Amino acid sequence: MADLSIDFCGIKSPNPFWLASAPPANSGPQVMRAFDAGWGGAVWKTLGDPVTNVTSRFWANDYGNTRMMGLNNIELITDRPLEVNLKEMYEVKKRFPKHALIASLMVETRENWKEIIKRAEDTGCDGLELNFGCPHGMCERGMGSAVGQEPKVLEEITRWAMEYARTPVIIKLTPNTGDINEPGEAAARGGAPAVSLINTVKSLLGVDLDRFVPNPRVGNQSTNGGYCGPAVKPIALFMMSQLAKNPATKHMAISGIGGISNWRDAAEFISLGATSVQVCTAVMHYGYRIVEDMIEGLSDYLDSKGMKSVNELRGKAIGAYAEWGDLDLNYNLKARINPDSCIGCNLCHVACMDGAHQCILIPGRTHAEHEKAGHTHIPASIPEVPVKAAGAVGRFLPVIDDVECVGCNLCHLVCPVPGTISMVEVPGTIGKSETWNDRVAQGRDLNPGSLDSTVAKRAGAKP
Amino acid sequence: MHPLTVLPSGRLEQQFDDKKPRYTAAEAITEANRCIYCVDAPCIKACPTTIDIPTFIHKISTENVKGAARTILAENILGASCARVCPVEELCAGACVYNAWGREPIAIGRLQRFATEATLEKAPLSSLLPAKKPATGKKVALVGSGPASIAAAGLLALEGVQSVIFEKRAIPGGLNTLGIAPYKQSGQAALDELHQVLALGGIELRTGVEVVAGAAGAGQVSSDTLLKDFDGVFLGLGLGPDSKLGVPGEQGAGVYGAVDLIERIKAEPGLKLAGSRAFVIGGGNTALDIAHELRLLGFQDVALVYRREEKDMSGYAHELAHAREDGARLLENRVVTEVLRDAKGALTGVKLARAKDGKALAGTEETVAVDLIAVAIGQSVATGVAKAFAGVQLDAKGRVVVDPKTHRTGNPKVWSGGDCVNGGKEVVNGVQEAKLAVKDMLSALGGK
Ligand SMILES: Cc1cc2nc3c(=O)[nH]c(=O)nc-3n(C[C@H](O)[C@H](O)[C@H](O)COP(=O)(O)OP(=O)(O)OC[C@H]3O[C@@H](n4cnc5c(N)ncnc54)[C@H](O)[C@@H]3O)c2cc1C
Ligand SMILES: Cc1cc2nc3c(=O)[nH]c(=O)nc-3n(C[C@H](O)[C@H](O)[C@H](O)COP(=O)(O)O)c2cc1C
Ligand code: SF4
Ligand code: SF4
Ligand code: SF4
Repeated sequence: MADLSIDFCGIKSPNPFWLASAPPANSGPQVMRAFDAGWGGAVWKTLGDPVTNVTSRFWANDYGNTRMMGLNNIELITDRPLEVNLKEMYEVKKRFPKHALIASLMVETRENWKEIIKRAEDTGCDGLELNFGCPHGMCERGMGSAVGQEPKVLEEITRWAMEYARTPVIIKLTPNTGDINEPGEAAARGGAPAVSLINTVKSLLGVDLDRFVPNPRVGNQSTNGGYCGPAVKPIALFMMSQLAKNPATKHMAISGIGGISNWRDAAEFISLGATSVQVCTAVMHYGYRIVEDMIEGLSDYLDSKGMKSVNELRGKAIGAYAEWGDLDLNYNLKARINPDSCIGCNLCHVACMDGAHQCILIPGRTHAEHEKAGHTHIPASIPEVPVKAAGAVGRFLPVIDDVECVGCNLCHLVCPVPGTISMVEVPGTIGKSETWNDRVAQGRDLNPGSLDSTVAKRAGAKP
Repeated sequence: MHPLTVLPSGRLEQQFDDKKPRYTAAEAITEANRCIYCVDAPCIKACPTTIDIPTFIHKISTENVKGAARTILAENILGASCARVCPVEELCAGACVYNAWGREPIAIGRLQRFATEATLEKAPLSSLLPAKKPATGKKVALVGSGPASIAAAGLLALEGVQSVIFEKRAIPGGLNTLGIAPYKQSGQAALDELHQVLALGGIELRTGVEVVAGAAGAGQVSSDTLLKDFDGVFLGLGLGPDSKLGVPGEQGAGVYGAVDLIERIKAEPGLKLAGSRAFVIGGGNTALDIAHELRLLGFQDVALVYRREEKDMSGYAHELAHAREDGARLLENRVVTEVLRDAKGALTGVKLARAKDGKALAGTEETVAVDLIAVAIGQSVATGVAKAFAGVQLDAKGRVVVDPKTHRTGNPKVWSGGDCVNGGKEVVNGVQEAKLAVKDMLSALGGK
């Protein structure tokens, strides 16, 4: 069994799975139950001057029969008195000395920061996370993402914290910014040894169409909130890997957050540079128990890859995350349908017809019918191979026209039967590897059919 | 307008629960979300009326339930009945791609029921169909008020063609009202739908009036009158009475024709059926239905007595499975050779012989006590009157002969559809045949 323990800029944790600062880490009894269930660490619900929350607070985006693809909240930081939180943190740390306990903090003035850092560290916690991410309620008061969006302020507060703190400081970043590198670099300049990201994405989840009030509804009003859960994972992965690549930020430890629900998600974050991962929505949806699968799944995965420690996985995929201009234009794929598992639903056909390159034909149609369907190139032979699956009487396997297929993956993605459409590598059309950047370097980056003005400009530039 | 037909209370059919109750909105959305939204979907091809199933299911998933009902009714004006009574396992759902995937097919019937019922209880049928065209001044006579005629009347009404429906029975609706197993659809539900069609306007329903060949007596109207007074005639005659076994002792109390008995279960207030053992003779869907119904009505032992083997039965396998689940049993290779009665003529039992290839084997008879016998070996034809319309032909089995594309008979003014043409299929076939007939009628009447 692979070693899952990590050292996060000095913070030791039995595994990389931490509760994010949010309702699952709201109180001592909760965090103790989570640690009993197997979580390696927890970032306590953000401390500060207690707030008053509203009712209701959450709304979610369902997708088909899957509930809570994304979760939106308008909750603020902790609404419990500071002493109560601190006392419970002390008790948790006493009972779980080997687990990672991190205090999440959000206050206003320098004096506030000085006081809260001291009082938090007095609980024995292992580190501090500065919440520069909350995109609603707190930012209007000059905190949270108001700081995260202002690199100068972020850098200054980071410096204060580095001055007062005895334990490692993690800067929690907001995704609500044009370029994540700016706050990331500010955190690095301020001397922080670590960042965590992402906090929630500014959002308005939906509208109650009978009352004409957005959701979640507070009486006859609502407000914008923060979006999280599986829907935000791609945004989080992108932003996190930006910092993992950036020479000015890549020395910092990263705690990856955003839509992590299982060991696979976690492994993806780790392979793009995370040392620990934090989870909120998946626990709010299914409970602390999900960590069992996360630990087991990650460990078995590492074993299957012959990795002795989770540290070997860290950053494995960063190298392959290239700029678009460095991608090989000669690389070529074609879609292939497995006759043994196709059920004949023709979704690949309609997706390719209306959303890709009109190259999946339904056999049994006449030439005129193919034309009417929208095919512009009709292969000479369209074999009528019956769908094999028992019960699929009278249906034919869709036929891929290789001449038109651009290998975009769309059919592979829409096919409801996983594994039925595969993308196979075929010889490229150029004959050798070549990137757009190569063409730019050689001045061959003008394709036929370009704008007259572009052509003219080129002609002028290169006489 | 025809007074609304309300069936009296105290009918045995009221004791049955729905086997497939209407989905709640949440159930419907969840099931609708399972549908793959296929293209050139096989379920559409398997629906005799070609309802655009993926589209209506998709609409349910977006909570556009009214739109879903419109999509259904556009192809099948009796979409509410069909949702409840269609053997979807053999039709749309039987062709669903999920079968090929080894999974439970989409519950198309239940989704259709949800969409039509939930919508029709709030909105009149007319609001879900295309606007009625202006009156054409044409008038069509419809013989029989089964689903074929009702569908035809509704479609004609939308086209501005008036119609008069002649129904020999007091209760309209044909077998859709009086034959469907009560756990699928009550007679009243069928009648409620029928009233919605009548409310489209321009349709007159005359119950208790039989169309006859030759001179008409009281409660009758002659075929000649129809040909004379109407621009066109549609024959939706259905089938005739139950066929008889033709064995000694058959005549008398305790032995029922199955279709007749089902009609009484559905419509006769105060009907009492007592006993512990019932024999149902036959192997078709009517036999399966009455066996299932008698078991649910409390008969301890209900046996389907069939002269051949299970694999030879014309009834659907899924119906046999459901009947068995509820406790009915199948006795294969058996023939009743005599019905036994006591001195007072009361039914006591039967002589039951073993059979091979459907024929009784001599010397194998045993005596079995039974309390009720339902004979379900088929229905005779009711097409005698059709011949009175000059040019209309019957085939060897007594079915009305039509051009399958137009459902026009040998008489250019006479069309026909439903059981009297197809020999006994489903409600949905009657609707489709009526659709074809009306289409052709319109071009004939309009001279187009
Ligand atoms: C027991 C049983 C169960 C069934 N279950 C199902 C089921 O679950 N699902 C399904 O889809 N189908 C089922 N069917 C079949 C379905 O009921 C028929 O296919 C359908 O009703 C046929 O419609 P129709 O309009 O052709 O005829 P019918 O429904 O038979 O209607 C014909 C009407 O014409 C009237 N009539 C006949 N002659 C004259 C005349 N000379 N003058 C005036 N009126 C006349 C009759 O009284 C009758 O009302 C079942 C049938 C039976 C017998
Ligand atoms: C109800 C709720 C309250 C939250 N409160 C805080 C908070 O107090 N401090 C904080 O840093 N992040 C807070 N978050 C953000 C989460 O810690 C986390 O960054 C975000 O939810 C993304 O992770 P996820 O996709 O696993 O939920 C909150 C999130 C939710 C849903
Ligand atoms: S890979 Fe893209 S272009 Fe090729 S068949 Fe599939 S959808 Fe069409
Ligand atoms: S989407 Fe998949 S299952 Fe459906 S027809 Fe295409 S290959 Fe077959
Ligand atoms: S075949 Fe099944 S999955 Fe496909 S559209 Fe029809 S009901 Fe939906």
